[in-house]
Parts: sequence; C-alpha cells; structure tokens
Amino acid sequence: MRMKRHIRVLLYVAAVAVGLFMVAPFAWMVVASFQTQAELVARPLRWWPGRFFPDRYVSIFTDPANDVFRTALRNSLIVSVAVVAVSMFVGILGAYAFARLNFRFRRAVLMMFLFTYMLPQIALLIPLYMILNNLSLLDTIPGLVVVDCSLVVPFVLWILSNYFLTIPAELEESAWIDGASRLGALVRIVLPSARPGLFAAAMFAFLLAWDEFMYALIFTSSTASKTVPVAIAEFSGRYSTDFGLVAAGGVLAALPPVVLAVLFQRHVVSGLVSGAVKT
Amino acid sequence: MTPSPRPKPDEVGAGKRPWRRTQGAFALGLLAPAVVVVFGIIVYPMVQTGVYAATDVASAMQTSAPFVGLGNFRSALGRPQFWASMGRTLYFTVVSTGVELLLGLGIAGLLNARIRGRWLLRTLVVIPWAVPTVVSGALWKGIFNAQYGSLNALLAQFGLIDKYQIWLGTPFLALNMVIVADVWKTVPVVAFMLLAGLTSIPDEVYEAARIDRAGRIRTLTSITLPLLLPSISIVLVLRVIEAFKVFDIIYAMTRGGPANGTMTIAYYTYMTAFSDQRYGLGSALAYLIVIVIAGLSALYLRALRRSEMSLL
Repeated sequence: MRMKRHIRVLLYVAAVAVGLFMVAPFAWMVVASFQTQAELVARPLRWWPGRFFPDRYVSIFTDPANDVFRTALRNSLIVSVAVVAVSMFVGILGAYAFARLNFRFRRAVLMMFLFTYMLPQIALLIPLYMILNNLSLLDTIPGLVVVDCSLVVPFVLWILSNYFLTIPAELEESAWIDGASRLGALVRIVLPSARPGLFAAAMFAFLLAWDEFMYALIFTSSTASKTVPVAIAEFSGRYSTDFGLVAAGGVLAALPPVVLAVLFQRHVVSGLVSGAVKT
Repeated sequence: MTPSPRPKPDEVGAGKRPWRRTQGAFALGLLAPAVVVVFGIIVYPMVQTGVYAATDVASAMQTSAPFVGLGNFRSALGRPQFWASMGRTLYFTVVSTGVELLLGLGIAGLLNARIRGRWLLRTLVVIPWAVPTVVSGALWKGIFNAQYGSLNALLAQFGLIDKYQIWLGTPFLALNMVIVADVWKTVPVVAFMLLAGLTSIPDEVYEAARIDRAGRIRTLTSITLPLLLPSISIVLVLRVIEAFKVFDIIYAMTRGGPANGTMTIAYYTYMTAFSDQRYGLGSALAYLIVIVIAGLSALYLRALRRSEMSLL
C-alpha cells in the first residue's frame, strides 16, 4: 500500500515521539551520572554537563565504601552466567524431548512447566528460606543460582521447544542413517541449525537472571552474595538525594543487559514469537 | 519463525522405528534434569506454604505451631488493609495493562511500518525492556523527585507548571506515577510480542484486501486486528498476571508508600510475612494470590492453545 504524504509525515512524527519516550529517561540517567551535584540541583536544571565529571564512576570502582556495589556486579555476573549455563544445558535436553519425542503426559508436563512461572515467587519465599537455611545455602551464590534456575528453566524450555520444532526432522533422520545416535544428532545437527534460537534463549535467560530481585532480596544479606538489583535498591534508598550516584550505579547495572539486548535485537522478536511467555 | 501450523511431534516421528517403544524412557531421561531443577525447588515450598497458612507460625525457628485451619484466610479476608491493597492492585493492573496494550499496538504498528530508520527505532524500543526493573524504579524515582527531579524541571522550563510538584507525595498520584514507570519499562515487550504477531500475517492477505479496494481503516479493522487477536489475548493475559504480582518496581520507587498508596497485594503480603513476621497470615495471603493467578493462568493456557503458536 502506498502511503499518502500526510500519513507518512504523521508516521515519522509518531516514530520520533516514541523513540524519545523510550530513550530519554535512560539517556538522562547516563547524562546525570556525568554531572556534578551542583548542576543536578540547579534551577533551572542543566541538561548537559558543564564539564566532564567522571568522579562517581571512579569512586564506585575505587572507593572502599563502594565495595558493596563492585562485589554486587561481580556476584550478578557469576549468578547470571551460572544460571544461563545450567538452564541452557537442562533446557536443551528437555526441549528436544518436547519437540521430537512422543510420550505420555507430554502436554500435561509442558503445561505444568508453563504454569510454574505464573506462580508468584512470594508464595515460595518462607519455606525456601528455611530450606536454604538448613542446607547452609542461605546468603550464598550457589543457593541463589539454584532458586533462580527454577525461574529460568521453564522459560528456556519453552523458547527452545518451539524453536526445535521449526528445524526439519529430515536433517536428523539422515544423520541417524549415517549411524549417529539421537544425542549425537542433537549435538551435531540440531544445535548448529538452532543457533538463532539458542542465542535468543540464552539472552532471555541472562536478562531474567540479571533482573531477578525478590529471591535475591530475601535470600542474600551480606556483601559477599548480594546482587546488583539489591545493591541498587539499597543505593537508591540511602543516597536518595544524590541522584548522580544512583544514576552512575544504574548505568553500570543496566549496561550488560542493555548491550546484550541491543546486539541481539533481531533475536528479541523471534524469541518472543516462540517464547510468548515471560514479560 | 512464523507461527504457522507446525507438525506435531507425533507426525514428525511417524513411521516405524526400532526405538519408537523406548521413546517414553528416553524422554524421561531427557526431561529428568529439568523436572528436578524446577519442581524439585517448587513443589515442597508450595505445599509447605499451605501448611503454614493453616497454622499460626510466628517465627522461622518455631518447630510446632497451633493448627488454625482456615483461620488465617478468614483473618486475611476480614482485614480492610487486604481489600484496600486488592483494590489498588486491581487499579494498577487495569490501568497499566490497558495503557500498555494500546500504546503497544501503536508502537508495534510503527515498528512494522516501512519507514526509514526502522532498525534504529527497534533498537531504541528494546532499551527500556533490558534495563533491570529495580534500576528503572530508581531512575523514575529520581525523575519524579520533588526538589530536583527532571520532570519538574522540564515542565517548569516549558512553563507548564509554576511550582514543583510532589509527584510521589500523595497516595493516588504516586500510584499513577508508578504506573507511568511500569508502562515505560513494559510497553516494549508488549510491542515486540504484538510485532511478532503482525509479522506473521501473510502479505497475500493484504494483497487481497488491496485488490478488493479496502481502505486503510477497513484493512485495519477487518484484517489486521482480527488476525492479531490471538497475540493480543496472550499478551493481555500475561500482562495481567505480571501486573497482579507487581513488587520490584514498588519496592524500588515507593516501598508501598506514601500512606500505603502504592501498597499492592504482593507488597502487602511481603510486609505481613517479613516485616511483621506473621508467617501464617503471610502464607494465607500468598495463597490467595496463587488462587487468582491460577485462574488467570488457565485463561492464558487457553489463549495459547487457540493461537496455534505452540506445542500445546
């Protein structure tokens, strides 16, 4: 359909408006993190740094008082990478079963997995707290990885199951004829052709794990195991008058997922087609 | 990856293969790790929360607690604070989901339109979705700050307000401002999910509409929207479920305040269980949330099965 001129203009106006609304708050956080406190409290507010002021980042990375935040970044990275690794491994195997095998209760099992991430985390918090406590896993990184995996695995299963279905079964079948086992064909034939789906699933898994807040809030208490969202929540509570510092911490916390999402933007749409699940 | 009807696994696996009979065992082996990782974590706590809900547990270390049956549920349902937070949650859910769906539809249309710089727009729209929820909460808390917030600064510089407003200072206004922050963070994922639905509508359908000389509006109402309906219903139910559980952004922005104005049901449950240390009552509240979510999930699974998008 060819567009009339005024409709075209309207579209671009809307596109600019949407782009601004989406990017302006984030851009403001970046700008504010480089402004001095004096500039941030000035009236009228200055929207651009008078001079480049990277001191907050320097302080976050060097000041012993900000040790909590540095360690939190490291903890979040460890937790997220571990959760992605476990979920992908477990998810690939399970998704293959859902996509290719014919077994009893297949649909019921899949529905139960789907139902689990509708479950409010809050309904599990108190018993999980006691279990982790009894296993001495409370306030530890492995403990957090274990509980986070239960959130991320259903999601990975779902994306990958749907993705595996789009790969023609003939590819594998010819490998079986050549003598490959089912698992061998999965590793050598299915996985390489499912690369986009694997990227999408891994990216979503990382974002979910990085974003996870409630478990981390309740199950971690010491610097050694706190994750970034918990540190940011504390930061913004403690330094509510120092928006610049909160902004700098926010930029650092947002950087890994934002970079990943922008790099793999193409996979977001395809992941959501098949994943259509977690928002 | 279009959600066209896909072959069901039984069709894929049709034919007589020697391992046909062993598929069940093989599937069990492949699924066992996932089952352990997920249900191994969830099932026991789920049951245990039910047990707590029926007892009067007052502390984490208590070994035996008096059985109170449905007492905690009765007590929860008798609390004005419970109904007030249910009301706020309902308001939050309806307004945020409604706005997100309408805006999301528009943005999905834009992201699908043949305009220059579409990739740039898609990239920009991805950003809020990737920003961690707690960071977005802290960011918007700063933007809404009464003394130095950039919203006040912006509106004042454009002459739209003469004095700085206390955006998060009054209960109802604060709830609405939290909704603004939630919309910013969530509208991208709604738009992308609807975009996924849009791109799966075959071009031929539009071609046919053009040959029939259907106008732009007519094409939208008779073709695009009806064909998008499965995606819309999935997004709608999913968003309602997530909105009903809202916690992170409340914690980051207002911690339930001011004057409990943003105290949603999940936050109220959290406060009851962990701040007041009333585990029994907290567990009963959590179960009430589960009941609502279970109802909504049934709707979701139905929407999903109708959409042909999936394995179900």
